[in-house]
Amino acid sequence: MVKKKILITGNEALAEGAIQAGCLFYAGYPITPQNELIACMSKRMIEMGRVFIQAESELAAINMVYGASAAGARSMTSSSSPGVSLKQEGISYLAGAELPCVIVNIMRGGPGLGNIAPAQSDYFQATRGGGHGDYRCIVLSPSSVQEAYEHMFKAFDLADKYHIPVIVLGDGMLGQMMEPLIIKPTNHESQTKNQKPWALTGCKGRKPNVVKSFFMAEGDLEKFNLKLQDKYREIENKEARYEGLFLDQAQELIMVAYGSMARIAKQALLNLRDKKLKAGFIRPITLWPFPKEIFGQVVRKNPKVKFLVLEMSYGQMVEDVKLAVNGRAVVEFLGRSGGGILSEDEIIKYAKSI
Amino acid sequence: MQKVFSRPQALKDKQTHYCPGCGHGIAHRLVAEAVDELGIREEVIGIAPVGCSVIAYDYWNFDCSEAAHGRALAVATAIKRLKPQNIVFTYQGDGDLAAIGTAETIHTANRGENLTVIFINNAVYGMTGGQMAPTTMLGQKTATTVKGRDPTLHGYPLKISELLASLPSVKYIERVSLHNPQEVNKAKKAIKQAFQNQIEGVGFSLVEVLSSCPTYWDMPPVKALDWMKEVMTKEFPLGRIK
Ligand SMILES: Cc1ncc(C[n+]2csc(CCOP(=O)(O)OP(=O)(O)O)c2C)c(N)n1
Ligand code: SF4
Repeated sequence: MVKKKILITGNEALAEGAIQAGCLFYAGYPITPQNELIACMSKRMIEMGRVFIQAESELAAINMVYGASAAGARSMTSSSSPGVSLKQEGISYLAGAELPCVIVNIMRGGPGLGNIAPAQSDYFQATRGGGHGDYRCIVLSPSSVQEAYEHMFKAFDLADKYHIPVIVLGDGMLGQMMEPLIIKPTNHESQTKNQKPWALTGCKGRKPNVVKSFFMAEGDLEKFNLKLQDKYREIENKEARYEGLFLDQAQELIMVAYGSMARIAKQALLNLRDKKLKAGFIRPITLWPFPKEIFGQVVRKNPKVKFLVLEMSYGQMVEDVKLAVNGRAVVEFLGRSGGGILSEDEIIKYAKSI
Repeated sequence: MQKVFSRPQALKDKQTHYCPGCGHGIAHRLVAEAVDELGIREEVIGIAPVGCSVIAYDYWNFDCSEAAHGRALAVATAIKRLKPQNIVFTYQGDGDLAAIGTAETIHTANRGENLTVIFINNAVYGMTGGQMAPTTMLGQKTATTVKGRDPTLHGYPLKISELLASLPSVKYIERVSLHNPQEVNKAKKAIKQAFQNQIEGVGFSLVEVLSSCPTYWDMPPVKALDWMKEVMTKEFPLGRIK
């Protein structure tokens, strides 16, 4: 494939990224604002001779993904907030059976049916494990259409590397906005031929494989959970990613935002720097593992630094920032959700007041 | 000397955890015998439910997956679509298939997935302590119907097989029972047919197996078999439904 540039929505970029990353199985259920994604998948997966299923519910969809992953295929589902709530039991099972998969959540307003406006209020659900049990999912947060596309490669690679569900967490704004996308040639098809000796293929020439998350014998579940925890520590040590701006000098204010919110925050930051405010910027790219280290480094450069966390929620990621800062600096928060999105002006006004 | 009875290769040499007189052990064996006789052990992928038979994969000697309670047919759908050359089946209780998993059951059947379903109807929830199932008999006392199932409060025994038979994409449904050796033989034939259908690409095939739960029917095993014959088969008539 040659490199080409196209104008495309975030939802379509996520779908195209999945296709190029070698996704062999998709199951989903329609919900706004991610409908372009499922529509695009239905067309592209069939074109590519892969499996697309419109499931009868998000419950069925996530459990189909469980089956597809157990059969060794790169597999994914996508939805938006209420639908992702329904998937939580399945995600817990996927984590418990150590099955790789990708789940896209294009967040909308909640709680309940909420509305279809963009929001970031599923951060807790994504990063804390909305389902039962001591498990984690890797959470990636793209903030542009290009990144939405590229994160799908990363998501499938991480899922396979660590045998873990990976959540790509976007919001309705990212899902529906159009931006130019550069599609690069890839050889990701080879990734799909990954050796998965544990997969269910029929037991010809080997002992039977069993995919399960059930450990009844005394001590077995604890042993398994400790193994999971070791894996999670390894991911925390190796996979945390962020984008930083102006972090090499000591700053008075550091803005922290992810996803679509980070786009607006970055504009506000540049505007404030024009007005000679000493300000920097952290955009977590992995929400779990959270890029904790950089916060300590920033505080060491200037112990009087203040953090301003901006979210399309009433304060969720701010808790991770506070944990990372660990009482060593002031952490301020500004957020809106349920329809309103913080404007550049609101951010600038608030930043000047602190 | 000729050996005329032995353990099927598709069954591991392992003692089951089932109560004395439970039907699950017999049903597991019938599945294993059918798999062996059709020579498909190395192609089979079984989906175990959540219920008393949750660890069926510890007894069967072929590839298996667990599924969340009620979701076995969603899991099976994905595997079969990706691996049409494999023989994929689910083994599910009445709570799993006809209560919490009803939507998956109906929609998998309606999509006409080329799958085999072994549906164990024992008229109660065994694993969780003998509560009412959708298939509990009218008047039957369970942990959650202490005065017996009352149709005005709990509805009637759900005949999911008859409901499914109305779908054009469903190709084969038969109800069998494990209450005596003759019926067990018929059950075996039906189970084998349901696998044969999948091999031939016929489409969605389900065998409903009436099975005993002496523990939560509060009966000795032999009386439980009589109760199946006298009571259960009246509500759930045996034979080919579709
Ligand atoms: C989501 C969920 N809800 C409830 C349960 C508890 N549970 C386990 S098995 C079961 C019912 C099993 O009954 P059935 O399917 O009839 O199988 P049996 O045990 O009788 O063979 C229930 C309610 C569960 N494991 N998961
Ligand atoms: S509780 Fe009932 S279904 Fe479960 S093992 Fe015992 S007899 Fe069988």
